[in-house]
Amino acid sequence: MQYLISVIDDEQTIVAGNDSAVQAEMSAVDAFNDRLKAQGHWVFAEGLAAPNTATVIDNRGGASVITDGPFLESKEFLGGLWIIEAPDLDMAIKLAAEGSRVCNRKVEVRPFHVSEK
Amino acid sequence: MQYLISVISDGTEVDSPEVGVAIDAFNDRLMAEGYWVFANGLAAPVAATVIDNRGEEVIFTDGPFLESKEHVAGIWIWEVPDLDVALKLATEASKACDRKIEVRPCHNHVSEE
Amino acid sequence: MTDVQEAITRAHHDEWARVVASLTRRFGDLDIAEEAAAEAFATAVERWPVDGVPPNPGAWLTTTANRKAIDRLRRENRRDDKHKEAGMLHIDDHPEPAGAIEDDRLRLIFTCCHPALAMESRVALTLRMVGGLTVPEIARAFLVQESAMGRRITRAKTKIKAARIPYRVPSTEDLPARVSGVLAVLYLIFNEGYLATGPGSDPIRPGLTAEAIRLTRLIRTLMPENGEATGLLALMLLTEARRPARISANGELITLEEQNRDIWDAALIAEGHQLVRERLATGVAPGRYQILAAINAVHTSARNFRDTDWWQVVALYDQLIHLDPSPIVALNRAIAVAELDGPQVALSIMDRLEGALVDYHAFHATRADLLRRLDHTDESRAAYDRAIELAGNTAETAYLTRRRDELG
Repeated sequence: MQYLISVIDDEQTIVAGNDSAVQAEMSAVDAFNDRLKAQGHWVFAEGLAAPNTATVIDNRGGASVITDGPFLESKEFLGGLWIIEAPDLDMAIKLAAEGSRVCNRKVEVRPFHVSEK
Repeated sequence: MQYLISVISDGTEVDSPEVGVAIDAFNDRLMAEGYWVFANGLAAPVAATVIDNRGEEVIFTDGPFLESKEHVAGIWIWEVPDLDVALKLATEASKACDRKIEVRPCHNHVSEE
Repeated sequence: MTDVQEAITRAHHDEWARVVASLTRRFGDLDIAEEAAAEAFATAVERWPVDGVPPNPGAWLTTTANRKAIDRLRRENRRDDKHKEAGMLHIDDHPEPAGAIEDDRLRLIFTCCHPALAMESRVALTLRMVGGLTVPEIARAFLVQESAMGRRITRAKTKIKAARIPYRVPSTEDLPARVSGVLAVLYLIFNEGYLATGPGSDPIRPGLTAEAIRLTRLIRTLMPENGEATGLLALMLLTEARRPARISANGELITLEEQNRDIWDAALIAEGHQLVRERLATGVAPGRYQILAAINAVHTSARNFRDTDWWQVVALYDQLIHLDPSPIVALNRAIAVAELDGPQVALSIMDRLEGALVDYHAFHATRADLLRRLDHTDESRAAYDRAIELAGNTAETAYLTRRRDELG
């Protein structure tokens, strides 16, 4: 079963980090990713560019409408994500808690639909 | 360059069987053209849990970190040369899955392999 | 109550959780298990007065519930298999490490008390699935609309399925944290029954305290070696024992000092003391609930308030603060210090707690009492005013109001 781990950012976590803190955080994240891979949990992981780089596209009516900015404006926003493979929520939570620690942010765990294949 | 494509839902949509067929066909094309990295639909926001392990003890909170009318119902990750290609594909994706789509670039410096 | 009615009530107490737990294991679905169990009990209510109580009520109920569940699955067979697969609960039947407890009721309890569920959902789900209370009963106990309580429970069940909260006893490594999570849910149910909040509500809801005790007994039966489960049961029994003396005829809270100790429940006290002794005999360092139980054992051993072994009480609070350095524990310790070293000493401890407890009614109520004893009437009155403003329990408000008005 796959789970999406969303890394939750806010303006403060962005501003607070100085260079050496960011460096330490990144190497902790790298080490964590290596472990996810070694244990067979890793599917995908990536940091995201700031929300103001987002574009919304609505092509439901046939006439495509393009809007600048994220679909939700909020103080907290998605800063990056992991996609992991885990047998159940207990394992997903354990990995997410480690993820929260290494990247020093809150995270949200949400399951993908049970794969039908 | 990688992009996160979020499928946006307000929870009211009712899908016809054609939507599934259209998404499958679109995914096949993404794979054939080498853009496809990942795709999957998400369970409802009620299934989400927020975890904060920055302090001494890990704190769990039931539910998504943002409560809102619209939520992300599924995601794609695409590998494309630039935003123009991403937007073109996203326009097709919006049509195929009959939802609004958000396109956001990845940093591409975390965990390069 | 007739013999048959009594048999049905007893079967409901003894067998509900077992029936729901075994059906959940078999069919992988909490909804099906819950509904089929409810139908089986409804059938018992119909059949037993006519056919007589079966020789083995538990087996009868399980068989009947199984049949109801199979009937329902047959009716719904039109659903395509893919959906059914996706809706299944994740039953983890990996061989458990040696020493782990194998009882489906434990799986059910750990699933209902999973930390990824909101606390209020854990409480509601535990009372429904393990305790067998109906949704209207739970809604009434927590002063929530029935429809809202129904949604809360449905939402929790949806999350268990969709997020794949496993139906299993946690691994040995996770067990201690998860057990304390379960005990926290039971203690919350007990406290809500014992010191109910909300204006116009009954100050005590015995249904909830009895239910919490019953469920804690079950946990102790299932995990007899867990000291904290025993400690929590002892704590509940020794608290419950004082319930008859705790509220006056006109609905006012009676403090420990003023309670009529003759109407305390001697049987509950004897059982609670026995459990505390049992834990002491193990020589294992006690956890939070065991220390709280020991404190209550000291109180319930004294013939009257003045004879209480306050030195022992303060020593136990010192031990508790070591485990749980929260300001509320410090406040309770200060109350005991007032009896041992006088109100002035206690007051100076209280001054240091003010920042953390400024919005807590018990802080102001305690301060008011200490100031009263030191004849600082004006300050005492102001503290009572603040405590009354913050108190949520009707009996407590009545008591504080009388005390303030007696200041003269």
